[in-house]
Amino acid sequence: MSAIERRQFDTLIIGAGGGGLRASLQLAEADLNVAVVSKVFPTRSHTVAAQGGMNAALANVLPDNWHWHMFDTVKGSDYLGDQDAIEYMCRAAPKAVYELEHFGVPFSRLDNGKIYQRAFGGQSQDFGGDQAARTCAAADRTGHAILHSLYQQNIRAKTHFFDEYFAVDLLRDDDGHVLGAVVFNIQDGQIVVIEAKTTLIATGGAGQLFKTTTNALINTGDGMGMAMRAGIPLQDMEFFQFHPTGIAGRGMLITEGVRGEGGYLVNGDGERLMERYAPKAKDLASRDVVSRAIAIEIREGRGCGPNKDHVMLKLDHLGEEVIQKRLPGIRQTCITFLGIDPAEAPVPVYPTAHYTMGGIPTNRYGQVVVPVKDTPEEPVQGLYAAGECACVSVHGGNRLGGNSLLDILVFGRAAANHIIDYLKENKYHRVIDEDIVNKVVEKVKRFERSNDTSASKETVAGLRGELKQVMEDHCGVFRQKDILQEGVEKVEQLVKRMVNVKIEDSSHTFNTARVEAFELENLMACALATIHSAHAREESRGAHSREDFPERDDKSWMRHSLYSFENGLDYKPVRTKPLSVKSFPPKPRMY
Amino acid sequence: MKFNIYRYNPEADKKPYVKEYELDNVEPGTMLLAALLRIKDEQDETLSFRRSCGEGVCGSDGMNINGVNGLACITSTDDLKQPVEIKPLPGLPVIRDLIIDMDQFYKQYRAVKPYLIVNDPMPEVELKQTPEQREQLDGLYECVLCACCSTACPSFWWNPDKFLGPAALLQASRFIEDSRDQAFEKRLENLEGPFKLFRCHTIMNCVQVCPKGLNPTKAIGKIKNKMVTRSL
Repeated sequence: MSAIERRQFDTLIIGAGGGGLRASLQLAEADLNVAVVSKVFPTRSHTVAAQGGMNAALANVLPDNWHWHMFDTVKGSDYLGDQDAIEYMCRAAPKAVYELEHFGVPFSRLDNGKIYQRAFGGQSQDFGGDQAARTCAAADRTGHAILHSLYQQNIRAKTHFFDEYFAVDLLRDDDGHVLGAVVFNIQDGQIVVIEAKTTLIATGGAGQLFKTTTNALINTGDGMGMAMRAGIPLQDMEFFQFHPTGIAGRGMLITEGVRGEGGYLVNGDGERLMERYAPKAKDLASRDVVSRAIAIEIREGRGCGPNKDHVMLKLDHLGEEVIQKRLPGIRQTCITFLGIDPAEAPVPVYPTAHYTMGGIPTNRYGQVVVPVKDTPEEPVQGLYAAGECACVSVHGGNRLGGNSLLDILVFGRAAANHIIDYLKENKYHRVIDEDIVNKVVEKVKRFERSNDTSASKETVAGLRGELKQVMEDHCGVFRQKDILQEGVEKVEQLVKRMVNVKIEDSSHTFNTARVEAFELENLMACALATIHSAHAREESRGAHSREDFPERDDKSWMRHSLYSFENGLDYKPVRTKPLSVKSFPPKPRMY
Repeated sequence: MKFNIYRYNPEADKKPYVKEYELDNVEPGTMLLAALLRIKDEQDETLSFRRSCGEGVCGSDGMNINGVNGLACITSTDDLKQPVEIKPLPGLPVIRDLIIDMDQFYKQYRAVKPYLIVNDPMPEVELKQTPEQREQLDGLYECVLCACCSTACPSFWWNPDKFLGPAALLQASRFIEDSRDQAFEKRLENLEGPFKLFRCHTIMNCVQVCPKGLNPTKAIGKIKNKMVTRSL
């Protein structure tokens, strides 16, 4: 192997999904020297799989305004969302959509030529009134349309891409400044030290924590793992969203847009089950509410099929024309994976791991923030995070459908704008201590010891399989103390066994076994944070449902969890004060 | 279930070879990607291939399956003749095992300027487009850049650097057909000459293999018609 390559950029972006690409575009257009490192070619990033759409109060179909959107998002978050960030996002939403349209996104259209909007869960007019139609859609391929358009704009802007490079660890000096990262080229194993004045983590979620998941195989929480190893805590990791309608037993996502277009859930007795749980919003209640409803129906013996282990999503009554026009992608997915045409028969569904509400704590400028002495949120100099890997927190305890694409675009852009300002004040690269670089480079080589003869040997696939099963069994839709306690112990055992992992593949050429080992290490970090935070939180809020503590407890628990390797659990207050409007105080949550 | 898989690691192998694998208990409805992941996890972690979403939208796992290009994640093992012969997509250099070097493919994609070009000042709201105008993009914008089509095209095999190939031309068409785009003339000009567009001999392999059911040949035909109309 030749000497280690060194590169210098104004900004390093890790991850090339919607958040990373929106930021890189903004920075490239500001004439900054920006590098995007991604372990997959950008259009393979998981943004591509988003289906239903992106929320913005454009009022193209029904009356709407950003303040109603803000109310719905705060309520949807079960009052754990930070209201300054939520106000910022909802105000910025229409502009974010219009920008995308100008970038070329092929949104579906209304007869008057405006962008098509559909109804989605948890949306209302007038602060909890009638159903709203706020989700801007490109059929049911909105994420694909957005990701490809953003990548295309980056081609125009000549952004510098490091495609199929894996970022292993951040470079952080003794003053706490982040100075870039150490990465390697997956194609030939070459290590590259990327020095950057600013680093943005945009690596997406950790859905591979669970056995059954809607998430891509690449969603292994890499940025979150990296942040934890750099001494940064993860926030609110116990809040993991289970999407009500994954294909039963297999996990492929069936968009909430199905219910937005008029589809509904049916139990084994043929009843429209959501009428029991959300008399008003019915199938368009929040995702946490619908997922719990399905789980209860099945537990009480009202599931469908020979094992009564799923419910049915019915949409054939929408007619083939609507389905082909508005939902062509999920129609194809059902035909491919189930042999069922949803225009003719209902689809078996079950709540499936889908979205990481928690993540790397940031403020609304995308700056990563950590507690320092009595200050709960002190920015880490030079480090930013945006999108699913970050926790701003706009989603709090439960994300609304259509708010994730919005999150990545609004905060990808906001982070880039803050970086532009920061770089005006910080023109030069900080001097980097070579010892720090060497230490990280050594760590990159940690899975290369192919001649290891130690007696205890673990495989990546074996440990990963166990981890996903433990998380599924101990940290699912419903949780309780004993089961979580056991889960904590099991995850800690798995983390210990990780040091004995041995890889058979010693090649430098496209060594995917080695990549998977690094990914598993990141998943382990996320699992620790998730299960510890879930075990400690003795209340039910949003997606975190404790059977032993079924009520929300605002007095003790209206606060964010923080989990780090160094300090274990810590907490910080929710930012309840919006930017310009009155705060929405916590209320019982009815749909 | 039996598999014959193309293996090649330039660090260790003088030339490519075929390795046999056998999997027990392959349940009906198992997709090929799931079978490959099982082989990698249970038998041979050195077997290398790209994969991500597992549901046919990211375009990572294009490969040649029993002689036909396709995405492993949406190819059911139920319908495959055994032993299943798996090779990398043909016509581009192999990096390792089933992983090909796609640089040339991406270069051709970039060559068609695959982004919306609008010269007028942008309004503060959306550019208007009627549902009928938007319908012109159906069958074009859904491409996942898996390269199944271009690597099935004899014209692309012979001239991968000169002929743009079906995937890039489908993208060209996607912007030519977009009512919002203002670079119509330039886009057609950019495709002139004997190679870039006109090396398409309507062999239609691209249409047969496209895992998304798209029709690059039809898109190419539409571009050709527009060029002819324009030259009259």
